[in-house]
Amino acid sequence: MIRRRFLALAAALTVATGLAAPLQADDKFIIVQSTTSTLNSGLLDAILPQFTDKTGIEVRVVAVGTGQAIKNARNGDGDVLLVHAKPAEEKFVADGYGVARHDLMYNDFVIVGPKDDPAGIAGMRDILPALERIAQAAAPFASRGDDSGTHKKELRLWKDAGVDPAAASGTWYRETGSGMGATLNTAVGMNAYTMSDRATWIAFQNKGDFAIAVEGDPALFNQYGVILVNPEKHANVKAEWGQAFVDWLVSGEGQTAIAAFEVDGQQLFFPNAKEGGGS
Amino acid sequence: MQDFSAAFGLAFDLILSGNADLAEIVLLSLQVSLTAVLFACLIGLPLGAATAIFRFPGRGALIVLMNAMMGLPPVVVGLFLYLMLSNAGPLGPLALLYTPTAMIIAQSILVAPIVAALTRQVVADLHSEYDEQLRSFSVGRWAAVGTLLWDGRYSLMTVALAGFGRAIAEVGAVIIVGGNINHVTRVMTTTIALETSKGNLALALALGIILVGIAVAVNASVMSLRATAARAAYA
Amino acid sequence: MPDGSHIVDLRACTPGPVREILPLEARGLTYEAGGHRLIDDLSLRFEDSGLSAIIGPNGAGKSLLLRLLHGLIAPSGGEVLWRGQAADETIRLRQAMVFQRPVLLRRSVAGNLRYALRHGRNGAAGASVGSSVEAWLTRANLLHLADRPARLLSGGEQQRLALARALSRRPEVLFLDEPTASLDPTATLAIEELIGQARAEGTKVILVTHDLGQAKRLADEILFLHRGRVEARAPTEQFFSDPENDNAAAFLAGRLVF
Repeated sequence: MIRRRFLALAAALTVATGLAAPLQADDKFIIVQSTTSTLNSGLLDAILPQFTDKTGIEVRVVAVGTGQAIKNARNGDGDVLLVHAKPAEEKFVADGYGVARHDLMYNDFVIVGPKDDPAGIAGMRDILPALERIAQAAAPFASRGDDSGTHKKELRLWKDAGVDPAAASGTWYRETGSGMGATLNTAVGMNAYTMSDRATWIAFQNKGDFAIAVEGDPALFNQYGVILVNPEKHANVKAEWGQAFVDWLVSGEGQTAIAAFEVDGQQLFFPNAKEGGGS
Repeated sequence: MQDFSAAFGLAFDLILSGNADLAEIVLLSLQVSLTAVLFACLIGLPLGAATAIFRFPGRGALIVLMNAMMGLPPVVVGLFLYLMLSNAGPLGPLALLYTPTAMIIAQSILVAPIVAALTRQVVADLHSEYDEQLRSFSVGRWAAVGTLLWDGRYSLMTVALAGFGRAIAEVGAVIIVGGNINHVTRVMTTTIALETSKGNLALALALGIILVGIAVAVNASVMSLRATAARAAYA
Repeated sequence: MPDGSHIVDLRACTPGPVREILPLEARGLTYEAGGHRLIDDLSLRFEDSGLSAIIGPNGAGKSLLLRLLHGLIAPSGGEVLWRGQAADETIRLRQAMVFQRPVLLRRSVAGNLRYALRHGRNGAAGASVGSSVEAWLTRANLLHLADRPARLLSGGEQQRLALARALSRRPEVLFLDEPTASLDPTATLAIEELIGQARAEGTKVILVTHDLGQAKRLADEILFLHRGRVEARAPTEQFFSDPENDNAAAFLAGRLVF
């Protein structure tokens, strides 16, 4: 009797686990290596169904930092790359890993910080003096520190401001080594300034008493690009479907979908593709 | 913190509303982790029993290795498996990256050492009790392995539960090899990580509460089965 | 004794009379551990029937001798011969042993018997195992407990099961290591009846016991073991009336023997 019950349990487990198999059955899909900002903001969830309805191609998004997304794509673990670090993207194409790079859309970066504003930068428009002030005040600043597009941009801005934040690493300059959302959580938790793309910031739900301190400098411009991974490098790349996705994104229809996406009544991404033209 | 009460309220709302996305995520979590535990048991039970019963060169090293691997960091397993399964890696042609299968493999690697090491302990204890009797019966060593595993089955259920606990709670490996793709490889823990990164702390905590509830339910059902069926076999 | 509602073929549990491994012989048998010689150059021979009781003070090496004869441990010197041949794995299929504390499998009462039969001499399958299980449970008065987990039985029931399980394998030689050491008189009687039946049916029984009364009641001959040597050996009646050995006499008189 005991034996029978035991076997029944084993059988039940086997049946339950056997159900895992069908989940891999759909085969008309592409994998997009992208950044957390496009996913966390909700943009992709909003626009992908339109593409899938039209073409029957399912889009599977792996959202990681730009640096990791590019590495994954170099390994051939994706069909399309959608990130925001133009120099790295251009190198990716120049090295032969991508077919062509298309400007897709932009938004901008903002510096967010606590209400009491220890560095006294709230309301500033120019980013470089604001960064200098943060450094002078030794006010805590949380950096992504993860080789993401945002991190690369931030490092370039520090350099332009003539500050070497690496020297202050571990004191007021704190590298979280995490994604945008995790870094925002950390910044809020320790009252540190941080730099975020506007989309992630607006969609972020744990703002505490934080607000945007610096915005509007053209240097904070954040351009997203989209690239088809080169099927000549990796034969597994689903070039036809991936190209269909790229074409749709830069088409009038895709651009309209991007423009239509709003959170709390604010448009988060501004389409700027030149249809048909790579860069 | 108001997040706590919000989280509990949200957890109940999610469960009561029969949220389809949540159901899908919960089901995938269970499927991946239960399958991983099944495979880990297929490897770990015989391996643990063999190291308990047989003496062979390298046995000591194998035991140390098994015990040490109980603490394998999931993210390391995820990374290792990513490099293997990547299209640039040796197993790339299998096209397993970003599939539930990859997650099952990752969790199997994490759980198998736990099952093997704990099985070794259970079987070794039983073996010291049974050894003379089984030899008196002239039962061969391999048949003895089967006997000890069967007679230790209720303790081994606890072993499997320990493995399940590790699998269902793990995020570091599955987020790397699964990619946390919506409707494909998104499980409870990767969803919690995602919602946390979105700053949806209450929702993340609510999902955490549901995850704990599932773990409790699985444990309770196995333990109650064990209790009713085996209360006595252990006297 | 058996539950009357069951019709049982008792022939199913009668040990076969075929003698294939006896006589049992020990030649120069020695066992050393930690620099002590626990069994000391022992040579003896057991003929093919009857019950031999091994008695002696604690530490004399009685249990050790039993394990050496059964082949559970290897001697430091000398050898155990079965019908003139060294033991191999199959020899033990024709013997059985019951330990002082019965080792019952974590299975039902019937499951324990089934296991012993399936791993027995004939590896019997299906129907014949089923009828043997029932016959032996009946004989051990355990049929009403067939589905109970074996380890929940009382001490006496557990030992009856262990004995029935051993006998179900139809051993030519049955080793018993103080099988009633912790049992009350009623339970002891039931065990002794089973032992007596086995002996009557032709099984050679070698019994280690502390209980001199039990040796008197059951044994055909007595071996007095002291410091790893057999110091006296005689038919039961003769041994108890005249042990012909000072240590044995002292032991029988209830004095401590060093």
